Amino acid sequence: MTALARPQPRILPGFSLSMGITLLFLCLIVLLPLSGLLWQLGQLGPGDYLRVMSSERVLAALRVTITAAAAATAINGVFGLILAWVLTRYRFPGRGLMDALVDLPFALPTAVAGIALVALYDRSGWVGQLLEPLGIQIAYTWWGIVIAMAFTSIPFAVRAIQPAIEELDRDEEQAALTLGATGRQMFFRVLLRPLLPSILTGIGLSFVRSLGEFGAVIFIAGNMPYETEIASLLILIRLDEFDYPAAAAVAGTLLALSLVLLVAINVMQNRLQSYLRSEG
Amino acid sequence: MSFEALDIHKSFGDTPILKGVSLSVAPGEFVALLGPSGSGKTTLLNIIAGLAHADRGRLVLDGRDITRLPAGKRRFGMVFQSYALFRHMTVAQNVAFGLKVMEGARRPPRERIAARVGELLEMVELPDLADRYPAQLSGGQRQRVAMARALAIDPQLLLMDEPFSALDAQVRQSLRGEVRALQKQAGVGAIMVTHDRAEAWALADRIAVMDHGRIVQFDTPDALRDDPATESVRSLVEGVA
Repeated sequence: MTALARPQPRILPGFSLSMGITLLFLCLIVLLPLSGLLWQLGQLGPGDYLRVMSSERVLAALRVTITAAAAATAINGVFGLILAWVLTRYRFPGRGLMDALVDLPFALPTAVAGIALVALYDRSGWVGQLLEPLGIQIAYTWWGIVIAMAFTSIPFAVRAIQPAIEELDRDEEQAALTLGATGRQMFFRVLLRPLLPSILTGIGLSFVRSLGEFGAVIFIAGNMPYETEIASLLILIRLDEFDYPAAAAVAGTLLALSLVLLVAINVMQNRLQSYLRSEG
Repeated sequence: MSFEALDIHKSFGDTPILKGVSLSVAPGEFVALLGPSGSGKTTLLNIIAGLAHADRGRLVLDGRDITRLPAGKRRFGMVFQSYALFRHMTVAQNVAFGLKVMEGARRPPRERIAARVGELLEMVELPDLADRYPAQLSGGQRQRVAMARALAIDPQLLLMDEPFSALDAQVRQSLRGEVRALQKQAGVGAIMVTHDRAEAWALADRIAVMDHGRIVQFDTPDALRDDPATESVRSLVEGVA
């Protein structure tokens, strides 16, 4: 006779309550809106989906969005790493202010950021004025989109990388120093590898954020169909036309792309940190 | 290689840490820096390694002034208290590091590095663990890897900061003998920082007893026992001899 296995009493109390609240919250805030999107997508046959997605304008919007997001992410990867390094490693007057500034793009309404960027980079703006004689135009071009995306997503890169820099073992750096490593060798052989998982997270979040960015971009983008029209604007336009399935198709594609990226980053991160596990 | 530290002074802010310390190491000699925590021994070791700078004083290696020489150019092998192994590198990569970062002309070819790494791992009796990561090693094994890594650059001086303090008593005993044997085999002078007098007595040719930023007495273990300079040295010696 085997008795029904009784679940072992848990050591840490409060599991069912906190888990219940967590699930409820997740459903209401995250899953419900997403399922709305999926339902809309469901109205759409594969043929319709392909028709929407293969339209020249949608493809152009996706290309603009993805290339600009990639460029913004590359910029944020490099400068986010430097910024995180400076904020973590050095003590200087104004460090606290600088640290707070990094979070500003989180706090600022993105539309305000967009308008501010236009004011700066427009032909009559401070920076735009200087670039105009050189024949460089940023506002209302692809570069404007890149700058707006970089602005709104830089905190993700910096905040993801900072803790990893704090966790670096200073003794390892000193060891590398005594073994004769130059600054460059120290960076590429000793420091970069342990930071890689966090850099990956940072640029991954930054990229995904840039893909969906709307407010900051539309002011500076110019929004010319086929040229400087981003995917999330196209979604809005389709919604305005009451073409919900088309909007859902583009939105669903962006969402799927983001999800795949986030999962891939997670998997890669696990691989990258395998050296920390104690079993062979 | 003979090494000398002459009249080293160092303060952090207003707190003097080293108040005129002089030390010498003869070729192949094993010197222990013995003292309680806060006596300045680790600071002295870091200054010798080039990881910190003295406010005053000189460092001389074979008659050459190396006071201003950066750490990487001194070719001193250092074993850290925490071992400071590169966590993302295998044992073999850790040991090879100092050879791989050598500048162009001096860097041995790849096969030579591999052979040298094999040789060193043989020496520290870890030939089978070449492909493991530090996280997969025991404390004693990590210590040996740190030793092999420091010896790989064919150091002019071996510096050890409390090299056994992170090990349990049994491993500590057996590793002591091995470290001394390795140091003799490499024929390199060594300076070891320790707060454990038994360790100093077991390993060192000469012991520098440090207290409050000064070297109170610097002599062979026998001389320290027979002719202690101060009361504190006498009480220190009585425990061991």
